[in-house]
Amino acid sequence: MSLQAFLFYLLAGLTGLCAISVVVTQNIVRAAAWLLFTLAGVAGLLFLLGANFVGATQLFVYVGGTLVLVVFGVMLTAQGPFITMKTGAAEWGISMIVGLLLYGVLSVALLTKPMKFTSEESTQGEELRRTTVLGEALMSVDGATQKAEVTGVPAEKRKELPNKGERSTVGYLLPFEIVSIHLLVVLIGAAYLARTKRRPAGRAGGVNPPVV
Amino acid sequence: MPEAIGLNHYLLLGAILFVCGAVCMATKRNAIGVLMGVELVLNGATVNFVAFAHFNPAFAVEGQVFALFVIVMAAAEAAIALAIVLNFYNNHLTVDVDTAEELKG
Repeated sequence: MSLQAFLFYLLAGLTGLCAISVVVTQNIVRAAAWLLFTLAGVAGLLFLLGANFVGATQLFVYVGGTLVLVVFGVMLTAQGPFITMKTGAAEWGISMIVGLLLYGVLSVALLTKPMKFTSEESTQGEELRRTTVLGEALMSVDGATQKAEVTGVPAEKRKELPNKGERSTVGYLLPFEIVSIHLLVVLIGAAYLARTKRRPAGRAGGVNPPVV
Repeated sequence: MPEAIGLNHYLLLGAILFVCGAVCMATKRNAIGVLMGVELVLNGATVNFVAFAHFNPAFAVEGQVFALFVIVMAAAEAAIALAIVLNFYNNHLTVDVDTAEELKG
């Protein structure tokens, strides 16, 4: 067995078993811990696939940021009965059957129509180049990605396009900017939603009496 | 081993993550457990994107770009979902999704 196959089976086994543990465990704190190992395993698989930048981003953003957020959410709401909330046996049975059927459908669909791509063994230098290309694609540098046809433009209007309707480089600068603004808006909105509301002093009854 | 590691191996792993996330969303009664299910589904999608980027040279850049977008979107979604959960907890003193039935007709 080659080193790559060994690493794949190790990481895939870790990731899959931890993902199943997230589902099976009834304790929400333990589920957060299993989720940590799942995300770290996915990051390892991304490194194995040669996607160094995406793997590093997965580690930084997911394991370092999102999961800390989830753990804080667990800690802020972990009051006695909510740590272990049981799911009914009937719900478990139905969910397991549906899950296994869904996995069966997906795997049959994958294995009966195999997709053959030429997988070239990538070298270290090529991966470095690939990370550079990734940055160039996000900055819409000319020639970073493959050229694509401009679609949806009538033939007579094509002459007015800057490149006369020829195949042009696909760039991702606009989605990148949209994602940035989206992230900013979402974080402001989250801070607004989660802020503590001061009850107005002196008003009897208060607002939103807690419903237990 | 019978064959080298190919695209199908990664896609099967992505399917495992997807199904685990879907079952997690369906069975957990804790709202944060549901959020964890969403994270699992998004991770399955990330694995698929990067696997296609690795095995199909035509998607070498696109797969990684969209995997990055998925990761950023997941962070945004987790932030807003946790804010909603905390707000719900402040108002109702529970995180059980079965009790969130005020909008039920």
